[in-house]
Amino acid sequence: MFDALGDKLEQVFKRLRGHGRITEGHMTEALREVRMALLEADVALPVVQKFTESIRERALGQEVLRSLTPEQHLLKFIHLELIKTMGEQAAVLDLGVPPPVAIMLVGLQGSGKTTSSAKLARHLKSERGRRPYLVPADVYRPAAIEQLTALGRQLGLPVHPSAADATPVDLARAGMTAARTAGHDTVIIDTAGRLHIDEALMDELVAIKAAITPKYVFLVADAMTGQDAVNVAQGFHDKLAIDGVILTKLDGDARGGAALSIRAVTGAPIFFVGMGEKPEALEAFHPDRMASRILGQGDVLSLIEKVEKAYDQKQAEALEKKLRKNEFTLEDFRDQLQMVKKLGSMGDLLGMIPGMKKLAGKMDPGVADHELKRIEAIINSMTKEERRNDAILNGSRRKRIALGSGTNVADVNRFLKQYAQTKKMMKKFTKMGPGGLGRLTNMLPG
Amino acid sequence: MQAWQRYADGLGWATIAGVLAIVIVLVGAVVAVLARRRRAAVGVPDSSGPAVARDLPGLRQGLAKTRAGMFQRILPLLGRQRLDAEALGEIEAALLAADVGIETTQRLLACVQRRDRAGAAPRVALEEEIVAILDAAKRAGDAGRVTPADGTPLVLMVVGVNGVGKTTSIGKLAARFVRNGHRTLLVAADTFRAAAIEQLTVWAERSGADLVRQEHGGDPGAVAFDGMRAGMARKAGVVIVDTAGRLHTKSNLLEELRKVRRVIAREIPGAPHETLLVVDAVTGQNGLVQARAFLDQIDITGVILTKLDGTARGGIVLAIAGGLNLPIRYIGVGEGIDDLREFDAREFASALLAPTEEPGSP
Repeated sequence: MFDALGDKLEQVFKRLRGHGRITEGHMTEALREVRMALLEADVALPVVQKFTESIRERALGQEVLRSLTPEQHLLKFIHLELIKTMGEQAAVLDLGVPPPVAIMLVGLQGSGKTTSSAKLARHLKSERGRRPYLVPADVYRPAAIEQLTALGRQLGLPVHPSAADATPVDLARAGMTAARTAGHDTVIIDTAGRLHIDEALMDELVAIKAAITPKYVFLVADAMTGQDAVNVAQGFHDKLAIDGVILTKLDGDARGGAALSIRAVTGAPIFFVGMGEKPEALEAFHPDRMASRILGQGDVLSLIEKVEKAYDQKQAEALEKKLRKNEFTLEDFRDQLQMVKKLGSMGDLLGMIPGMKKLAGKMDPGVADHELKRIEAIINSMTKEERRNDAILNGSRRKRIALGSGTNVADVNRFLKQYAQTKKMMKKFTKMGPGGLGRLTNMLPG
Repeated sequence: MQAWQRYADGLGWATIAGVLAIVIVLVGAVVAVLARRRRAAVGVPDSSGPAVARDLPGLRQGLAKTRAGMFQRILPLLGRQRLDAEALGEIEAALLAADVGIETTQRLLACVQRRDRAGAAPRVALEEEIVAILDAAKRAGDAGRVTPADGTPLVLMVVGVNGVGKTTSIGKLAARFVRNGHRTLLVAADTFRAAAIEQLTVWAERSGADLVRQEHGGDPGAVAFDGMRAGMARKAGVVIVDTAGRLHTKSNLLEELRKVRRVIAREIPGAPHETLLVVDAVTGQNGLVQARAFLDQIDITGVILTKLDGTARGGIVLAIAGGLNLPIRYIGVGEGIDDLREFDAREFASALLAPTEEPGSP
């Protein structure tokens, strides 16, 4: 049930199937659709070309063309190739070197270096038990040092008292010394944003790198970056030999093809993704999810992770029992509704479900949330008894509920009907077992 | 998708939204159940492990060549009198590489082909079509322009996603207005990002503009209120409101923006006279999605395109102008206070198709 690209490929192959055997020549047309999809996702043109070429070569050796559903086969193949290209597994920072371990963040203006510095420090402290020290070395942008200092204060992390009139190289060096003296084992250096073609400023980064020999130089890149990602990555990589990438603002709806472009140019793994403005919104990069996202297939795994965080074991078990025994009532529905509201807006959530993304884009993001509120009002206007047993909802009760919730009887009726239908559908999915949703979406392993 | 579309058109979006809401709530429940089971069955699958660096040597080597070659190849082709498939392919590649996007690129190609049959040189046809798109958007924007009533300031509101250069653009805009003799007031309604207020304060000092600010973490609506009152009381000619960067997908943050807008409109009727969306030139196809969302939610009236001094072409604004009829008002071309220029469609069109330079040393 891949959407967008899947649909298009299906159309291509369907048309071709009418002519008998699918030949190699037909692959060209299918790959044209793949090319378009990747371009729409902001994968850089040269990367797209190389990628589709390699797909063609390798796909031809496979069983793709004889497959009964060539579009699904090809799509799965592309998905796997994307994952391979982006590094198969989530990369993990190796901090097993003599402290202090220095990590230097570089990138264009506005890519999110300062925020990422603070998030990274927080991550290393809470997840890896490190003692990080933040060193602001952006002396150019007004109030950049204040920004990191404020973030450090907020998170209870020490920040080097950088002076705006010092040189960045001196600041980095002094930061390292101060960290060593104070017994900090990890130093994060936040540099000023700069263009990759600004020779003077790029040389400054080279000088910082030479002065403190960081274990990692991270390129911080915006997930919304378009075709220029290759130029930017190349520019920074040529000068600094990038060791890793942090992809920011992935909590938006950009498809994030830049991830592929940057990886292709630098060969460096993407370590982290920025998922929001909160300090803890830094997550490990998962190539499989990114591949799905680039292909426009929603992000079921992220949705699952979100849901997992929101529910504890007991709640999930109780819920499962109810769903299976058909004891799921409107009361439970209301509890679920509260949970879902905590997960994010309807637009965000819709975007993560395959097939819903396009729809979510078409719809005013507020409408679904508004509708959710109305449903909540309807349920809240019912008595406890009614919520436990919706069979007793007769005409006069419905009228009362409509009055109480500020809706009309038609709304109430519609909701109840939709609710009953959807519940039936959901019950089927639950019965499919652990792989059920997986089959449903072609996304989950096993 | 088409089935969905028909279904949706028949029922109206509100109904669809209701169904979706229910689906989501129930899917949430099912996912929770399944995810638990999966974890229990497989053990907790941990994603950590050694990083498998998989370089693409062929791809990397190819890249530099392709990029260098592309624009050098396109130039003579553009000047050529007649088009063949190869030439069209090159033009397409150049437009796509400039972030123009598939749809707009197809439209431009169709036009170049049509005009080729009429005997026009490809490059001329292409540039003229680009300029035509941008000019049409500008005319639409100018027609809808509201001028401030006598005795009230011109109010500009500046919005955009995080990191595109809103505050910097405001600093440059302020310098422009001050230079032209307008009393200018900046309103620091980004109370969210750490040190955003300090950053705007520096720009106010640099440009010689006044500033209205409150504490970090305050209510942006309240700052806007103060700003409008101060603008009236001090008889400012121009008031520019800075807002916190926000992704267009965060409905609660867009609601906050709508509130700021309501406050402004209530205090000064007709204001904000211009609501400018700042777009980073490096932005890819998501730029159009952003612009559409901001247009729907808070009625933006124009675009500022920033960071054009890099290698990014900012071709996405062509899709924005063409698709949403939004004029591009200013471009940012550097970090200096004077590095903000009025948008020139012709200049933009020729820069979009200009040969690229190799970044850095090989």
